[in-house]
Amino acid sequence: MTRKSLLGGVSAAVFAFAAAGVGLADIRTGDSLVINGEIPIVTETEPAAHLEGALSTVYSGWVFRTDETRAMQADDFDNPGMLYVEQGIDAFNTVMGSEGNSCASCHENPESLANVRPSYPQWDAEHGMVQTVEMQVIECQTERMGMEEPYGYDSQQMRNMVALIASVARGQTVDVAIDGPAADAWELGREIYYTAYGQMELSCAHCHEQNYGNLIRADHLSQGQVNGFPTYRLKNANIVSVHNRFRGCIRDTRGEPYGIGSPEFVALELYVASRGNGLTVEGPAVRN
Amino acid sequence: MKRQMLLAAGVAMAATSLQADVIAPDAVVMSEYGEVMESLTGEPGSAERGRDIMVSRAQGNCLACHAVTALEDEPWHGEVGPSLDGVGARWDEPGLRGLLVNADMMFPDSIMPAFYKVSGFIRPGDRFTTRPAPEDLQPILSAQEIEDVIAYLMTLTDY
Repeated sequence: MTRKSLLGGVSAAVFAFAAAGVGLADIRTGDSLVINGEIPIVTETEPAAHLEGALSTVYSGWVFRTDETRAMQADDFDNPGMLYVEQGIDAFNTVMGSEGNSCASCHENPESLANVRPSYPQWDAEHGMVQTVEMQVIECQTERMGMEEPYGYDSQQMRNMVALIASVARGQTVDVAIDGPAADAWELGREIYYTAYGQMELSCAHCHEQNYGNLIRADHLSQGQVNGFPTYRLKNANIVSVHNRFRGCIRDTRGEPYGIGSPEFVALELYVASRGNGLTVEGPAVRN
Repeated sequence: MKRQMLLAAGVAMAATSLQADVIAPDAVVMSEYGEVMESLTGEPGSAERGRDIMVSRAQGNCLACHAVTALEDEPWHGEVGPSLDGVGARWDEPGLRGLLVNADMMFPDSIMPAFYKVSGFIRPGDRFTTRPAPEDLQPILSAQEIEDVIAYLMTLTDY
């Protein structure tokens, strides 16, 4: 090893340390979001105890976006995601399946489901597994509505319905249970979160815990919180599900993603949701 | 004697042609400091090609994470890794080659991908298709592409 490369090693190490870590220099924190002038959203909060100091502050993805994108979410007339919520309302009131029921037959109105999104994914004792909101919709459709072909997990209809269920819970505090019967799935989700996938060997944590705030090309990395899902992505010009985003992230590591709706992604969703315990439901949020 | 000399010449020629061969990803030898002393191809790199590889999203995509003042005409430089300004002054070729082949050897906490590695991955894919990796998974950059990038990086001597 030459002296030059030894010195080089030292100075590069200094540079590396200078660059490592979160980068909030360009991010304006401390702003508050109130939707329609009446729904206060918690965009910054104290981390949950289980994070054990991994994050100093928990930030909603809203914090990392431009003023223009932030503003779109502050008013339902400017939020393109609300168009899909409207379609969800129509579906909610439409009879589907052989039993002659609509969602409204049992649930009266969407607002009666306002306590769902904040606590999902959650343990389902009857089925003996952790269920997502999507799985719960499929359960209703197949077990109570008599639908032979329920909504596909990532179909437009499903995303519309899940966006509706999120929208009525906006402003409510995310509080998923990680203990008791959900503990095994949560542990699996945590393991997946810290596993480096694909040929680029990147974990969720590499970008969203160690580098949030930093630019990756044109985008500021966020903490990867899921409280805003289904999220209207300007890039897709549509609402996007949590699992679809997980899939895209693992794809971008040059990896082979788990399947949408797979036990692995359900576990990861539970774990990531728990990292945002204390934030509030924002779906459909507006993001890049 | 004559026959022996001929034989020796033959061996020497074989050795030369072997050196000119590309070193496969699994055959790369690293120093204890994570440097790769030998060129991966024996062919000098092209700084011009190296520049294009660094900029291209389909190839090196180095700007996704690193800023380079000399490439400021290209939009969107990342902040995840250190700036590469002056990188040719603070590293030599074996050091840069080692960092490109597998930076983990020099910086265990680095999240930089190993650009010349084909095994040891968890759920590797076929590029960005979401399909599983083929049996003959190729490194992210070829041996000559690595040498080309090194040649370009060595031109970045200004801070």
